[in-house]
Amino acid sequence: MATKASRTAARMMISPSVILLLGWMIIPLSMTIYFSFLRYNLITPTGNPFVGWENYYWFVTDPSFKAAMINTLLLVGGILLITVIGGILLSLLLDRPMFGQGVIRIMVIAPFFVMPTVSALVWKNMFMNPVNGIFGQMATGMGFEPVDFFGQIPLLSIIFIASWQWLPFATLILFTAMQSLDQEQLEAAEMDGASWSSRFWFIILPHLARAITVVILIETIFLLSVFAEILVTTNGGPGTATTNLTYLIYVSSLLQFDVGMGSAGGVIAIILANIVAIFLMRMIGKNLDA
Amino acid sequence: MARAVPHKTKVFNTAVAGTIGFLMFFPILWILILSFKTEEDAIRAPFQVLFSSGWTMDSFATVQERSDYFKHFMNSVTISLGSTFLGLLIAIPAAWAMAFVPAKHTKDVLMWMLSTKMLPPVGVLVPIYLIFRDLGLLDTRVGLVFVLMMMNLPIIIWMLYTYFREIPGEILEAARMDGASLREEVLYVLTPMAVPGIASTVLLNIILSWNEAFWTLNLTAAKAAPLTAFIASYSSPEGLFYAKLSAASIMAIAPILIMGWFSQKQLVRGLTFGAVK
Repeated sequence: MATKASRTAARMMISPSVILLLGWMIIPLSMTIYFSFLRYNLITPTGNPFVGWENYYWFVTDPSFKAAMINTLLLVGGILLITVIGGILLSLLLDRPMFGQGVIRIMVIAPFFVMPTVSALVWKNMFMNPVNGIFGQMATGMGFEPVDFFGQIPLLSIIFIASWQWLPFATLILFTAMQSLDQEQLEAAEMDGASWSSRFWFIILPHLARAITVVILIETIFLLSVFAEILVTTNGGPGTATTNLTYLIYVSSLLQFDVGMGSAGGVIAIILANIVAIFLMRMIGKNLDA
Repeated sequence: MARAVPHKTKVFNTAVAGTIGFLMFFPILWILILSFKTEEDAIRAPFQVLFSSGWTMDSFATVQERSDYFKHFMNSVTISLGSTFLGLLIAIPAAWAMAFVPAKHTKDVLMWMLSTKMLPPVGVLVPIYLIFRDLGLLDTRVGLVFVLMMMNLPIIIWMLYTYFREIPGEILEAARMDGASLREEVLYVLTPMAVPGIASTVLLNIILSWNEAFWTLNLTAAKAAPLTAFIASYSSPEGLFYAKLSAASIMAIAPILIMGWFSQKQLVRGLTFGAVK
């Protein structure tokens, strides 16, 4: 039983974390909101007057905002589609009896541990370079015109690179969830004559539903912030073809030094992420009770 | 009861899964091979690369010489170890208290801590950048240690909490009954049982901070740049020197790749905040 003294001790042990996190959240957040209402540019000192919703207005009506929103959606949606479907298939496959399963699993999961700048540069130069890259050389060898990945299909190329990094994550989580599936239930269903597809739809998929939701939510949180992959491959271009919301905010705040505009974008990004976060938090909270 | 699986099926499964595994792993394998080749060999067609005779360690030496790999490596080590251990120092007491002296609001506090992790970094990029500029923390390791510690603190607390909760509280009570002081209780009873959980937490957080590529790219220039930024500087035109880029990449990812292999299970728990075990 917790005594009063241990309660006080507990409170003192928790407070450093709470104070730090509270400061970490409130100070920058309120600064972002405050800046977003100022005309504030680091290279043209204007005295930072209050301008109301002006930054939001200009940020949202800029054509690159629309492009960035669409790119963000395509990026997140595309990667989710590939990694979730691929992850389900791979975890089904890895769950079957085979030789050297441990080694194979390690090979599948390895890309997740590669830092984003490395994977982006390696794919860009060693594989997707139209002249010396492996894809280019294979195409030329077979008599095709090599694809200029970052010129012709830049967004798709980035989706591909990021999927290579996140497919292992989805596989790892779904495979772990698969391990807790009751094998006897599957065998019973099989003996009762359930086909493979009905076993998949009515037993395996419902069992994985929770893990799939978790994968989708966590990946979305991270994928809304894809940055390094874009920075080292395309710099958001050509034009705004690969600029997502995160990159657009980076451009306006650290390249154009427009603190007000960047902050307005930041607030929009926070709202967007929060919509996803609410669902994720609910799921995790439910799990905490169980 | 496990059924006997026909040998043929097993071979077939191995072949399919092995091929996919090989394809997923191929880019890493490929840069490993290229890193031991000369620049001329490295840009040949794939099959010619494999059968070109020369193997050399020159690229590793050149990378060190030209761009001071070791300095960036030490920055990465300092930043990831520093942020992880600083985080532990703050998180262990908090997780311990929440796991063993749960109060009415413990769950809410935990959920709130987690919610701070949902804040997209880009949303606070401007203020953090300006605060760092004014405090002279831009391009310093201290600054990065702090930011990454704050980024990972919720995960550290959360992971430790789930591990601590699995330790039976009765043992602690028994120790207390036998007259152990709080210090003794923590040192001789709790710590030995908590070490595996703490170790996994450390491992996961080193991996996360080693690979963190938003703050490290935006808050560093040259002095404090860790390996993520070091590799980004190969973006052009050095990226066209395949052997050197490969050598630099291999040196940047090798430590984490090895650690990652040991921490697959913990990774699941840490990254899903205990929602999937």
